[in-house]
Amino acid sequence: MLHSLILMVAQTTVLLAISPFLVGVIRKVKARLQLRRGASVLQPYADLAKLFQKQPVISTATSWIFTATPYIVFTSLLTAGLLVPTFTSQTPMNFAGNIIALVYLLALGTFFLILAGLDAGSAFGGMGSSREAIVASLTEPAMILSIFAIALTNGSTNVSTIVHKTALLEGIVTDPSPHLMALAALFIVALAETGRVPVDNPATHLELTMIHEAMVLEYSGRYLALLEWSAGLKLAVFLSLIANVFAPWGIATTMTPAAMAIGLLVYVAKTAALAVLIGVIECMFAKLRLFRVTDLLGVAFILALLGLLFFYILRS
Amino acid sequence: MLNLLWILLAGYGAGILLPLCLPRRPEAQSLTAGVPAIVATSAGVVLGLLGLTSSEPVTGSLASTIPLLTLAIRLDSVAAFFLFTISVVGLAASIYAIGYLRHLAGRASIATLGALFNAYLLAMTFVVLADNGVFFLLAWELMSLLSYFLVVTEHEKMEVRYAGLFYLIMTHIGTAFIVMAFLIFFQSTGSFSFETFRQPGQPLTEGMRNLVFLLVLIGFGTKAGIVPLHVWLPYAHPVAPSHVSAVMSGVMIKTAIYGLIRVYFDFFDGQFPWWWGFTVLFLGTISALLGVMYALMEHDLKRLLAFHSVENIGIILLGIGAGMIFQSYGLKELAALGLLAGIYHTINHALFKALLFLGAGSLLYATHTRNMEEYGGLLRRMPWTGFFFLIGAVSISALPPTNGFVSEWLVFQSLFLSFQIPTVFLKLMLPIAAAILALTGVLALACFAKAFGIAFLAQPRSAHARHAQEVPVPMRIAMGFLAAFCVALGIAPMVVVPLVDRVVAPLAGLSIERKVLALDGWALAPVNVEFSSLSTPMLALLLAALAMLGLGLAVALGGRLKARHYKTWGCGINLTPQMEYTATGFVQPIKRVFSTIYQPTVKLETEFLDESRYFAKRRRFEFHIEPIFEKYLYDPLVAFFATLAGRLKVIQAGSLHLYLTYIFITLIALLLLAV
Repeated sequence: MLHSLILMVAQTTVLLAISPFLVGVIRKVKARLQLRRGASVLQPYADLAKLFQKQPVISTATSWIFTATPYIVFTSLLTAGLLVPTFTSQTPMNFAGNIIALVYLLALGTFFLILAGLDAGSAFGGMGSSREAIVASLTEPAMILSIFAIALTNGSTNVSTIVHKTALLEGIVTDPSPHLMALAALFIVALAETGRVPVDNPATHLELTMIHEAMVLEYSGRYLALLEWSAGLKLAVFLSLIANVFAPWGIATTMTPAAMAIGLLVYVAKTAALAVLIGVIECMFAKLRLFRVTDLLGVAFILALLGLLFFYILRS
Repeated sequence: MLNLLWILLAGYGAGILLPLCLPRRPEAQSLTAGVPAIVATSAGVVLGLLGLTSSEPVTGSLASTIPLLTLAIRLDSVAAFFLFTISVVGLAASIYAIGYLRHLAGRASIATLGALFNAYLLAMTFVVLADNGVFFLLAWELMSLLSYFLVVTEHEKMEVRYAGLFYLIMTHIGTAFIVMAFLIFFQSTGSFSFETFRQPGQPLTEGMRNLVFLLVLIGFGTKAGIVPLHVWLPYAHPVAPSHVSAVMSGVMIKTAIYGLIRVYFDFFDGQFPWWWGFTVLFLGTISALLGVMYALMEHDLKRLLAFHSVENIGIILLGIGAGMIFQSYGLKELAALGLLAGIYHTINHALFKALLFLGAGSLLYATHTRNMEEYGGLLRRMPWTGFFFLIGAVSISALPPTNGFVSEWLVFQSLFLSFQIPTVFLKLMLPIAAAILALTGVLALACFAKAFGIAFLAQPRSAHARHAQEVPVPMRIAMGFLAAFCVALGIAPMVVVPLVDRVVAPLAGLSIERKVLALDGWALAPVNVEFSSLSTPMLALLLAALAMLGLGLAVALGGRLKARHYKTWGCGINLTPQMEYTATGFVQPIKRVFSTIYQPTVKLETEFLDESRYFAKRRRFEFHIEPIFEKYLYDPLVAFFATLAGRLKVIQAGSLHLYLTYIFITLIALLLLAV
């Protein structure tokens, strides 16, 4: 019991601590590829600290939904984060929910963000909310199918069980093709869900192209800080999911301090590597028009479906 | 238990007679109808719970002078479950009506409305209790007719009369199919008793069984609102008084689910080929997806909710259909799981849909309009209604840790466990159904984000909304009661699962309570602990604890800076409600992406100033969704029957002599046949 509690606290701390870092890495990579020096990878921490100390301004048109949303989003993402293994493959909260619970916890945050976007009564917020609704509806089927294709190999839909089993197999997968297709699908989903190019651009300043940033446009002070942190958390959750499900090498499968220490180092390295990849993609691709995003997410869905088909064909 | 049944009957009886016999002021009439209904439904709730927990079904019967009709009732666990559902929703609706009827005073007779409502609840109770085919059909017909009378409460309006007629025709088509199915049973058993339906002397032939399957599916499907038989729902449910809509949408359509379960799993004892289950699953998938899609485009709040009933019936059928498929492959545990998921979702949908309809009724009460585009900013004016509506919206969007989430999660698990089915076709079809369910779930989320966001947030969009006030206390109590149920059934599945299991066990032939509950009931782990697990109490606890962490972090890192309140930045001009995002605007991207399904027609006419074509004088914007089923399925059918009737007019000359000749000829023909 105490053991689980310590692990939970450790996991929460790791997630909270690593998420600004991952955002910083992406920004740094983008800056270097654009031949700029860029801010330090630690800049997001300073941004958060500054935002927490600013006085928030709240629109008089809003209701309690507006002030409650940052806390709800932050909470739902942290809870989702506890269902995904980070540095150790045996997360104590594994029993609390499987991949479906994870998806619906993310949806809980999305639901309230959409509401908050509408609350201030500005057209920008509404625009962001409306677009988030369509992007979210197209990503979830692909996400569920892609995880299911992997779940079949391991006989489990609980992320931690999948990771633990794969890690004990030393990462040897008998038929890699379903896994590769599911990986590709999940990566596209991750880009869409975390609001990255080519679906959304977190660095944009043009209202007409924004999705996530438009929804949080009216936020300031500690509320904005929580939402920015949550955006980082979402990135961390997805990168942990991809890194540990598809490449569980090095993750701590036992409870010894040495294994944990190695697990933590490997975890930081793996997620940072994925963050670098995202940074490169953001530099290489232009943002898609909103109605072209559907094609991209359609591809993700088909890939996940093919993964499933391949699994059954290879088995029989 | 018999005493409770008498209390229930006496309560409904008093609720029918008292308001009619004691004509007084409308306030007194709504009380004389409401209080007996509250007593009767409370008795129903207790009776349902007792029936669920007792081991032996309670039976009773009264012979009648009408041939073939025995007034036989049987309270087994299936009937008890539906009795409980009907009574809980009926209880909330009766409390609500006490406050709500005031709003209808002067436009309708409160006494008649109250009496009809009591009779309607009573008829529904007999539908699930009946143990005789003729008695069942009588109660079924009574339920349909009484709901028709309730639908046409505001019959001065053309729209209401049209909706009522449409409903009346559809429900009778459905009843005709059920009658045919029962007649096939009667033909082979010679009795209308459900007991002989279960164990017929000579079993039905293969072809007859398949025919009964289809007849029952169409018959009950019409009442349930399965696509493409759903067309009456969005007409009839919105125009009824809101507490009636809540009961119609929340529980009346569930009596059809009761009928399907009764026939397939009880009468046929779960013996059927795989394509039965696949048909149900397929129709469920289509209903779920199309229901939510049409709901998204709807801006009349009550019509939107009616379309969501189609969606949720689809989700229930996904669970039951998966259960049927597993059953035909002999996967007993999974069959029980599918049924469990479907039945769990049945009560959940009853609760949150009734809650949402009562919420919509409160908005109608406060603003006198059902058009969402005229709401706005109501959360500040109606904080209680808003809060309860939000709980309903979160539940129907299946977000953790509410009840809708738990049952949808169970449906997902039963679809995922399809890898144990031996055929590859079904192995692939069930996960695809799961993916469509995921799509349905998010679209429902978008739809309710729209409904809540446009209705309750931002600034009021009309004078109606600006002057809205919180609704009377009884209405708030009713909504709070249902909202509490929605949360409780979400975070306490360990209480619900054993009860639902008592319904499933006799139908599927084994109890899976122990197979579904793990960790002393704190987690759900259907069939295989390793495959999946979910603990909503733990998730609720985590959410609460981490919310504290969030608050703590905000204070620790930034202190308690007081927020400044200022108007929303509108790029230098004052924001008006006209600049807010509308419901139509909100769903525009979805409309465009799924335009193959919607087939929208958009018309934009612009009238320019004479001086310059750069300035528009007036703009007219119109947009319609193609009602595919009405246009391509129902209109041709109606046209066909109209032509047929035109042809038959020749023999219907209106002459009495001619008709007497017809009768004479028929008599001769029959006599010849008899010889």
